[in-house]
Amino acid sequence: MEKEKFDYYIKTEKNSWEVVIGLEVHAQVISESKLFSGSSTKFGAKPNTQVSLVDSAFPGMLPVINQYCIEQAVKTGLGLNAKINLHSIFDRKNYFYADLPAGYQISQYKNPIVGEGLVTLDMPYGSKKIGIERLHLEQDAGKSIHDLSPDNTFVDLNRSGVALMEIVSKPDLRSPSEVNSYVKKLRTIMRYLGTCDGNMQEGSLRADVNVSIRKKGEKKFGTRCEIKNVNSIKFMEMAIDSEAKRQVELLESGKTIEQETRLFDTKKNETRSMRSKEEAHDYRYFPDPDLLPLELKQSFVDNLKKKLPELPDQKKDRFIKKFKLTPYESNVLVSEIDISKYFEEVIKNADIKLAKNWIIVELFAVLNEKNLDIKDSPVSPKNLASLVNAISSGEISGKIAKKVFEIMVETGEEPSKIIKEKGLKQQSDPKELEKIVIKVLGDNSDKVSEYKSGKEKLYGFFVGEIMKASSGKANPKLVNDILKEKLKK
Amino acid sequence: MSDLNKKSLSEIVNLIKTKKISSLEITNHFIKNIEKGKKLNSFITTCFEESVKNAKNFDSKKNFDGLLSGVPLAVKDLFCTKNVKTTAGSKILENFIPTYESTVTNNLWSEGAILLGKLNCDEFAMGSSNETSYFGKTINPVGKDLVPGGSSGGSASALAANLTPATIGTDTGGSIRQPASFTGTVGLKPTYGLCSRWGIVAFASSLDQAGPMTKNVEDCALLLEAMSGYDQKDSTSINKKKENYSKNLSENIKGLKIGIPKEYRVENMPKEIDNLWKKGIDILKKSGAQIVDIVLPHTKYALPTYYIVAPAEASSNLARYDGVKYGYRSKKGKNLIEMYENTRGEGFGDEVKRRILIGTYVLSSGYYDAYYLKAQKVRKLIKNDFDECFKNVDAILTPSTPSSAFRIGEKTNDPISMYLNDIFTVPINLAGIPAISIPAGQDDQGHPLGLQLISKALDEQKILNIAFAMEKNIAFKQSLNRWWE
Repeated sequence: MEKEKFDYYIKTEKNSWEVVIGLEVHAQVISESKLFSGSSTKFGAKPNTQVSLVDSAFPGMLPVINQYCIEQAVKTGLGLNAKINLHSIFDRKNYFYADLPAGYQISQYKNPIVGEGLVTLDMPYGSKKIGIERLHLEQDAGKSIHDLSPDNTFVDLNRSGVALMEIVSKPDLRSPSEVNSYVKKLRTIMRYLGTCDGNMQEGSLRADVNVSIRKKGEKKFGTRCEIKNVNSIKFMEMAIDSEAKRQVELLESGKTIEQETRLFDTKKNETRSMRSKEEAHDYRYFPDPDLLPLELKQSFVDNLKKKLPELPDQKKDRFIKKFKLTPYESNVLVSEIDISKYFEEVIKNADIKLAKNWIIVELFAVLNEKNLDIKDSPVSPKNLASLVNAISSGEISGKIAKKVFEIMVETGEEPSKIIKEKGLKQQSDPKELEKIVIKVLGDNSDKVSEYKSGKEKLYGFFVGEIMKASSGKANPKLVNDILKEKLKK
Repeated sequence: MSDLNKKSLSEIVNLIKTKKISSLEITNHFIKNIEKGKKLNSFITTCFEESVKNAKNFDSKKNFDGLLSGVPLAVKDLFCTKNVKTTAGSKILENFIPTYESTVTNNLWSEGAILLGKLNCDEFAMGSSNETSYFGKTINPVGKDLVPGGSSGGSASALAANLTPATIGTDTGGSIRQPASFTGTVGLKPTYGLCSRWGIVAFASSLDQAGPMTKNVEDCALLLEAMSGYDQKDSTSINKKKENYSKNLSENIKGLKIGIPKEYRVENMPKEIDNLWKKGIDILKKSGAQIVDIVLPHTKYALPTYYIVAPAEASSNLARYDGVKYGYRSKKGKNLIEMYENTRGEGFGDEVKRRILIGTYVLSSGYYDAYYLKAQKVRKLIKNDFDECFKNVDAILTPSTPSSAFRIGEKTNDPISMYLNDIFTVPINLAGIPAISIPAGQDDQGHPLGLQLISKALDEQKILNIAFAMEKNIAFKQSLNRWWE
């Protein structure tokens, strides 16, 4: 594939503007219980049924750190090639809101658990490295529900205290599609690690997007605006695009950009001001006196490192080297751990080249159409391997295989059973085939004469008729051989 | 059995264990005292029906395994008690009934004790005179016009007046030791982390510590033993084996080195306090201890440091009282912000508001480094002072307070003079170490005065032993004429 050039600049009559983006991704930690209490974190339970005295900030209640969440954060840090801080501190971020029961959120401010790291993106114009500034652990707030009653707001505290990882990137992103690729990459890494399910509909992954612009070639950063709480990749891309254009308009009309927090209106496709710098909260961060500083042992980190699964980048390299896949194919197959597992399962007993095409083209089309995860694929890896083997052994043709595959999708049955029951086995007996060829040529003697007198295009017609006569089961290669032979005479 | 009023906690435990008295009899005795002691206003809540039921239950089962078998006790109203109203002395928690029991009180009930009721205290434990309570001021049984000290003023008053055989308080900057000193009783602030903070309404988390308040040192050892212990629900709890303080109590303090810090000889200290201190030194010498002059150079910074750290933590700890989930909610206000403002404006008293304002200020961006961060650094220096001293001495002797109990209303309009009352107690909380106050004499008006013994972290046994030895020699006598009955 020929490399494209990076070309996301906002071009006006006067200038070409570069967009600078940094992301704060909030990823919900996969954990049975909350960051500082034993309550369940299960999504979708009845309101206020997963709330402990700690989560609802009753007098005298104290937080106790959930060690599993610490492990999850460290694993994620390792997956981001980041520095693990053996000493980190939990701080209180103070502000009043109805769904924040304690009046403060426990977070990490000056001393996060994970420091600088690096994520590599595969862009059409080559690979690009995005710096990670930090990853810290914090509690989620509850949920305020404003639309159930005209006079009241309801509060659901099920989410209150659930562990989040805030992953802060450096301002290294330059376009909506880089953001798309970055968020997907983070999600893939965390799913491989089992530290965040990345489910954006359920709010497990959301981001604050920082956008600024500068003239192409300029070194200095512009004033940034932060777009709060964007909960889908598509909306992130839209918000960046519209916010960058807003900033360009402001600057080109001689105005300045105010540093502020903005919200993205998905219906109008525009951002609007939420609060200015002057109105910004003073969170009065200070170390939470209820919690001692978190001290990790190097051996604790080393143990987790040893147990890390193969990560997407490593897997991709292995696929390229070991299975001779193209970088594109490899990317597609490692994009989800379940896809890579499926692929490796199929090729245990089947031809790699055929198998990868069947997965990437046919299977993905079906999954897309039916909106299914590969885990819920109606075609099991074992059955797909059998199908691939039926093709490579010549038992069925590629064309028949598609028919068999369709039935496999509908019924989930084994290909051998379908081939047998439907009588789809390829006809490869030369004598039988010869009979068919002779019959077809006999029935079309006028066309045979035309062919022989130079109308060679008719060759395809004969093949078609033979295939029809064999109900599509004739071995195409054999048919070819016999037909050529017969037409010579 | 009128001489029951002369019995100590340990003696009552023995009477019950030797079946000389039933739990019900002793419980009824204290209920009667409490009913006769209403003038003192030391109780916010009583739960006599429950107490009697529990006493009868104890008598029917007679389990003498516990350290406090069948003994009725009242506790400071800062400890959350299951199904019994817990107010922290505040309007904002006026009708708050916890569904849970604090670890420390639970430890007492596990040792066989029975709850009599909840004792008055300064609002959210913020005060040194028990005058900031929403439920009215508590009177010191020593004199009708005297404050009992604070914040554990209700506890000290009830104990001195024999409305409870012993009690527990909390001490953030002196809230156990100062009232003990003002009422002629014994009070100990343990090492930070020795008693669980779980279920105690928080004031300043890095300083708060529960401790025993008793009539004598032996009781103090017994009650500390009962209430302390590791609790995994409190991340700052110290994970160590429980000590047998009462069993190991010994008056043999020969050869122990006791430090006398010159920095505690403050300006304008009344002569009688100085004399008391000298008396304490003489007694220690007679008991075979060695007196050593020491320096604690950063002592003068302790009070300002405390009044930054404590309000900072309090401003955050008290944010949860917002009218949303439990407690008082103002009916006024058109939106969330107004509801907050009215709830907190109406629900908190002046002293609490003052400290929330100070705390919010010192944590604000632009001021954090100058105040909070600097205070934390000074706190470290104060701790280092003590660490240095304890390389050479076993304990430190100081007065508990710079004066005896002051009059009601005397300092209410002068917060600074009120804060100065904590000058000898505050450094100990900042350093996280233990200290005990024991009654050591009286001023010329017959008002009790206390001496304070300080040790390094987890050396409670040592200061208990020294206090035990001093107690014998001091022979402090307090005879109150029970004017309130």
